[in-house]
Amino acid sequence: MSKILPLTLNNVFYRVGEDRLIQDVSLRFEAGPITLVIGPNGAGKSLLLRLCHGLIAPESGSIAWGGSDAVQAAKHQALVFQKPILLRRSVYANIAYPLQIGGVLRDTEIVDRVQEALKLAGLEHIADRPAKVLSGGEQQKLALARARAQRPEVLFLDEPTANLDPRSLKDVEALIRALHKAGTKIIMTSHDMAQVKRLADEIVFIYDGRIVEAGPAEKVLRSRHIKY
Amino acid sequence: MNSILEGFSEAFGLLISLDPDLIEIVLLSLRVSLTAVFFSALIGLPLGAVLAVAKFPGRRLMIVLINAFMGLPPVVVGLVVYLLLSRSGPFGVLGLLFTPTAMIIAQTILITPIVASLTRQSISDLWLAYRDLLHSFDASPMQIMRTLLWEGRVSLMTGILAGFGRAIAEVGAVMIVGGNIDRATRVLTTAIALETSKGDLGLALGLGIVLVTIAIVVNILTLSVGQVVGGQSLEGRAP
Ligand SMILES: Nc1ncnc2c1ncn2[C@@H]1O[C@H](COP(=O)(O)OP(=O)(O)O)[C@@H](O)[C@H]1O
Ligand SMILES: [Mg+2]
Repeated sequence: MSKILPLTLNNVFYRVGEDRLIQDVSLRFEAGPITLVIGPNGAGKSLLLRLCHGLIAPESGSIAWGGSDAVQAAKHQALVFQKPILLRRSVYANIAYPLQIGGVLRDTEIVDRVQEALKLAGLEHIADRPAKVLSGGEQQKLALARARAQRPEVLFLDEPTANLDPRSLKDVEALIRALHKAGTKIIMTSHDMAQVKRLADEIVFIYDGRIVEAGPAEKVLRSRHIKY
Repeated sequence: MNSILEGFSEAFGLLISLDPDLIEIVLLSLRVSLTAVFFSALIGLPLGAVLAVAKFPGRRLMIVLINAFMGLPPVVVGLVVYLLLSRSGPFGVLGLLFTPTAMIIAQTILITPIVASLTRQSISDLWLAYRDLLHSFDASPMQIMRTLLWEGRVSLMTGILAGFGRAIAEVGAVMIVGGNIDRATRVLTTAIALETSKGDLGLALGLGIVLVTIAIVVNILTLSVGQVVGGQSLEGRAP
């Protein structure tokens, strides 16, 4: 079933000027488990997701999608940014936008997908509102709904619940579980250990740009390196 | 003192009676400057967007030149267009000198740098904000350009209005390439200059009042376009 997984990183380095921000990262992401990338602020979690998603290129090392070349792989993944990036349009138009520029779906399919995503994220009642006037939590949900509508095989989520109240946090976690159940590979970052325990099947622990631990959640959580 | 008052009363008379000479001059002014703005937008918007987003050799130089050309003196633009269109010039055979077309060309040259430069500035900011998102969506260069121009529509509108304000108010370029010919190339600014020098202060003042009114309307539009366009566009679904 899987079109682009597994994702394999081999000895990946990334730096800006003199700052070595990602150092010698080797990882393999398989279809299936929910993967949580954890680590303190500034550890390199966001950079790791951006490297995987192809927004930045490694200085050295390789990032390869098992099933296909980078161009194909790009069509089957989506990323929800730490700070939601929304277009100056309605909620509805924000969700429709990536589907429209993708250029493969018919208009009726786009409408169906947008409606489904709106419903899933509980945003139907504000579909016509300008995205920029939404509350922080609503914006976060919108970004998630938009990614969902793209029907990616791999969904990268960069701290998707960082600014949410407890109620929205529960909603978003339920949404993440639902997407996972529907077959989407979830790779998300978090620094909330309670959340990590709730969601993680496997954990990548990153510190100062290096992988300290990676593996099944129970194993990594028992590790002496983790002292939150 | 008296002549000023007389001038004002004559001016109001002309305005209220919708004097046909005055109407003709106003309409030609609007036609020339609006057409020039149209072509400036046609050139300046994509040019500014490309300069904001694309990387190519000579880009920096073009940006510097366009910024410098924002302040071109109208008389110099008029002179250059005059030389190009005059009978012995490279485009002399077209016979465009002293026609409204020549005035449109001169004003287009005058304000395209304004539109392009303001476009580049606002599209650069938007590109910074939306670059990751648009790359994530795998948008093509063409789609990126169109999306950024649409996202920037409010500030781009302001830039275009600024260009129009400059075009309608300038006198040097249209005077040189148009020649201020009665019923052919006479616009508000050149007419004011002429009537003032002839001593017909009534007509000059009437024209001046119209010009100032247009300038004020453009300014009000510039201020409110942010609120109006911004408010509406944020609500709409399309595109
Ligand atoms: N473009 C950049 N230039 C310089 N430093 C950067 C850049 N992007 C990220 N960094 C630095 O890299 C480190 C890791 O950043 P990031 O991946 O965002 O951390 P986090 O784990 O909190 O998501 C931080 O110290 C950040 O300041
Ligand atoms: Mg981060």
